[in-house]
Amino acid sequence: MEQPNLDYINDLAGDDEAFRAKLVATIKAELPGEIEAYETSYNSADYKAAAGHVHKLKHKISIFGLEKSYYLAADFEDELKNNQNSLATDFERVLHTIKDFAASL
Amino acid sequence: MNCIIVDDEALSRAILEGMIAKDPELTVTGEFGNAMQAMKHLNTTGEDTDLIFLDIHMPDFTGFDFIQTIKNPPAVVLVTSDKNFATEAFEYDCIVDYMVKPINEERFQRAVRKAKALKAATPAPAVTPVGTTPSAPAEPRETASPLAIPADTPTEFYVNIDRRLIKIDIQSVNVVEAKGDYIHIKTESKNYIVHSTLKKIEEKLPTNLFLKVHRTYIINTKKIVDIEDNSVLIGKDVIPVSRANRPELMKRLNML
Repeated sequence: MEQPNLDYINDLAGDDEAFRAKLVATIKAELPGEIEAYETSYNSADYKAAAGHVHKLKHKISIFGLEKSYYLAADFEDELKNNQNSLATDFERVLHTIKDFAASL
Repeated sequence: MNCIIVDDEALSRAILEGMIAKDPELTVTGEFGNAMQAMKHLNTTGEDTDLIFLDIHMPDFTGFDFIQTIKNPPAVVLVTSDKNFATEAFEYDCIVDYMVKPINEERFQRAVRKAKALKAATPAPAVTPVGTTPSAPAEPRETASPLAIPADTPTEFYVNIDRRLIKIDIQSVNVVEAKGDYIHIKTESKNYIVHSTLKKIEEKLPTNLFLKVHRTYIINTKKIVDIEDNSVLIGKDVIPVSRANRPELMKRLNML
């Protein structure tokens, strides 16, 4: 399975350590709430709202360099908009991965 | 160039802020987590805004709703995780570029070059939100009103957006919410922010269809999905019902 990384953040920040730290801090602060919001919507079967949260999480997934997971999230977002959820388990695995990674930063 | 960032994702705002900071010709004059805050900024201290970095997907009020609600919008660069709106994006003259997240420096600079070229070619006019008339001060007050309904046609009303009167089918309105000096009109397909009051629009809406259920909400009673204790569900919005307004709401229901 592909592993998350900070290549994008590092490229963007270059030598600017303060900017890098700000981006990492923002991820750490924002990601748990986004995941929680997704889980709340999904668990209450509000798939439209869940799709909105997946849409937002896609950005974080791509920032962590998880290309395949990004496309999985995009497909899952489309599924949710159509009231389907066959990719839910796979997506939750991705969430678990990025949550652990963010916590380790 | 004065820039603002409108995006509900803090990380996106931080990334854009960092990229903007590297260009000495750009200054961030505001960053906002929702369209309403940005609208207030443009209406007060943000009249000299030259460029807006705007997310499309935001709760309640999309980037496109936002653009449609601003009079004479400055240059806009859309920043989104969705590739599917490119065609729609370029239907708006003010949109100079469309960046898909995650954005890189090169793509950012290309978008900024386009915005600078546009500014050099045509200086951006002052931003004027709906309902105000600085560009036409001599117009009679009635013309300046953001809401106008022909008295004999109760099926629709008009909102004044960018000097155009946009028709809204009354039956398509789900909810009207008061937010400070503005009202937020939510219809089945679009949302509009209008500089007006709940009282003014209440006078324009047919009383057999609409009901004020709370100090800050008027609802279309035909759009009620369900009612629970002190709230009603309209579409996916949970609207509070005040104790004083609840009896009138219950009277309207065709109950078994």
